[in-house]
Amino acid sequence: MQSFNYTLKQNTWMQGLLVTLVVVSGLLLLSVFCFLIWFSLPVFLTETSAVFKLKWQPEQGHFGILAMVFGTLSLALISTSFAFVIAIGLNSFCLLSRRRWLVAILQSLLKFMAGIPTVVYGLAALFLLLPLLRNILQLGSGYSLFAAVCMLILLILPVICVMLDNITTPLWQQHALGAQALGFSPEQTYLQIILPHCKVNICGAALLGFNRAIGDTMLPLMLAGNATQLPSGVFDAIRSLTAHIALVIATDQGGEAYNSLFAAGMLLLMCSAFICLLSRYLVGRNRLVQPA
Amino acid sequence: MLVIIGFILFKGMPTLNLQLFFGDTDPLAAMMGLKPVWEGIWPACVGSVTVILCAVSLATVPGVACGIWLASAPEKTAQKVLGIAVDILAGIPSILMGLFGFSLILLLRGTVFPQANASLLLAAFCLALLILPYIACATQNALSSLPKQLAITGAALGLTQWQITYRLLLPQARAGIMSGLMLAIGRAAEDTAVIMLTGAVANAGLPGGLFERFEALPFTIFYYSAQYQSQQELNMAFGAALVLLTLTSIIFTLLAALVRRPNQNMSETISRESVC
Repeated sequence: MQSFNYTLKQNTWMQGLLVTLVVVSGLLLLSVFCFLIWFSLPVFLTETSAVFKLKWQPEQGHFGILAMVFGTLSLALISTSFAFVIAIGLNSFCLLSRRRWLVAILQSLLKFMAGIPTVVYGLAALFLLLPLLRNILQLGSGYSLFAAVCMLILLILPVICVMLDNITTPLWQQHALGAQALGFSPEQTYLQIILPHCKVNICGAALLGFNRAIGDTMLPLMLAGNATQLPSGVFDAIRSLTAHIALVIATDQGGEAYNSLFAAGMLLLMCSAFICLLSRYLVGRNRLVQPA
Repeated sequence: MLVIIGFILFKGMPTLNLQLFFGDTDPLAAMMGLKPVWEGIWPACVGSVTVILCAVSLATVPGVACGIWLASAPEKTAQKVLGIAVDILAGIPSILMGLFGFSLILLLRGTVFPQANASLLLAAFCLALLILPYIACATQNALSSLPKQLAITGAALGLTQWQITYRLLLPQARAGIMSGLMLAIGRAAEDTAVIMLTGAVANAGLPGGLFERFEALPFTIFYYSAQYQSQQELNMAFGAALVLLTLTSIIFTLLAALVRRPNQNMSETISRESVC
């Protein structure tokens, strides 16, 4: 190990180039954070009261984004909780099922789902799900929280599933035989041993899915109706923070509207950075939990 | 799920012909850039490919460098800071990267470069920032999953650090790095939010230069699905969706084929990436 460290210190000029590149890209990454924070600080320091209100009526000078915050939260919470339950079900099926070919198909399908562009999801939902809501269930125009949630579930399902799979498969291989010897049925093994064992990591996986749900732009923008109101039910139209950013820039209102935009960006950044760190911590504990 | 893919195929297949790509213009002339194409998705395809190529070429070298450094550098604190930065950046919503690009224009306009505007270069730059963490993550994982003895043996044979990295470690980790690149390309191809804020417009023709606005496939889909005026424009949206879907699925299939080997670390990489 001594000699290894010694050669690390023998810098050639290529090594210098490497470090320069790293510093440049590190600075670039940092500049993204600094930029967003710098632009949104004035908003938080001076006009907090103006931005954190429920009303969004640019013509009358109301620039509140609380409704959007609430929209984003409800959207992400509902879709994550549903996707999480479905993911647990799929995961248990993958582990327990005897039909390996079915499992293989399911897993490759999930991998494939992870690669589908969200715009395509949005397009398909526009012409499949919305007519269904509109004509058959008679629910107004169909643009609603419900439609966005449906597609978001599809979007974050592969994320959570793949994570869960990675966490539980090694555990299953370790414990299945011992549990069987103790007289557990496979279902009992899954419920009583595997799930409690990696509770924390599973929470981490769910958080990553939540992060993805918060950050997605196209689906809420295309499906949720973009009305700035507090939803009274799942079939009401909402507007998410991400869609808000896209809409305000697209309409180019200028002036105070931009403030709300940077406040929204800041909130999103904080939220996702926090979730990232937390889930990195939680999922990372996986390596401590399972003995090598 | 299958219903959705089937639906896209069902709607997209009939529209998939030369008309879709080139409209009424002569294909050859359009391909050479002699005549503008107004009723087809050819400019969008070209724009998409251009912006992806630009972004990937901007991001590859720093990304791989970051990965190498993260995997091998002796300074633990700096490494940790950069690692966390990469992690957070991999997780932030793509629209924030668009917002970053947008505020960059505002700043440039206000200070040194008054005629700054949304352009292909800016979009490529922001996309590059978006995919840089993926490349760095993949490189780091590929390198650190190599056996330690490789580097130590190299050092014992009297190779310098650079020679070890370049001649021994990088060729060994090539598959991992390549899969990271593919993933990055896939992400760059499907992302709409960034380019929407930094330079994609609906009718721009072929990309005219680095400082011009351009068309891109995802944005075309979004635009025509939201404000189509005729059946033909709607068909274009479905055709574009099918093309994009084919593109990304080809990329991801290649990716899956690359990492098919039963290598635990590898599959871990992929899962981590797909989560990021």
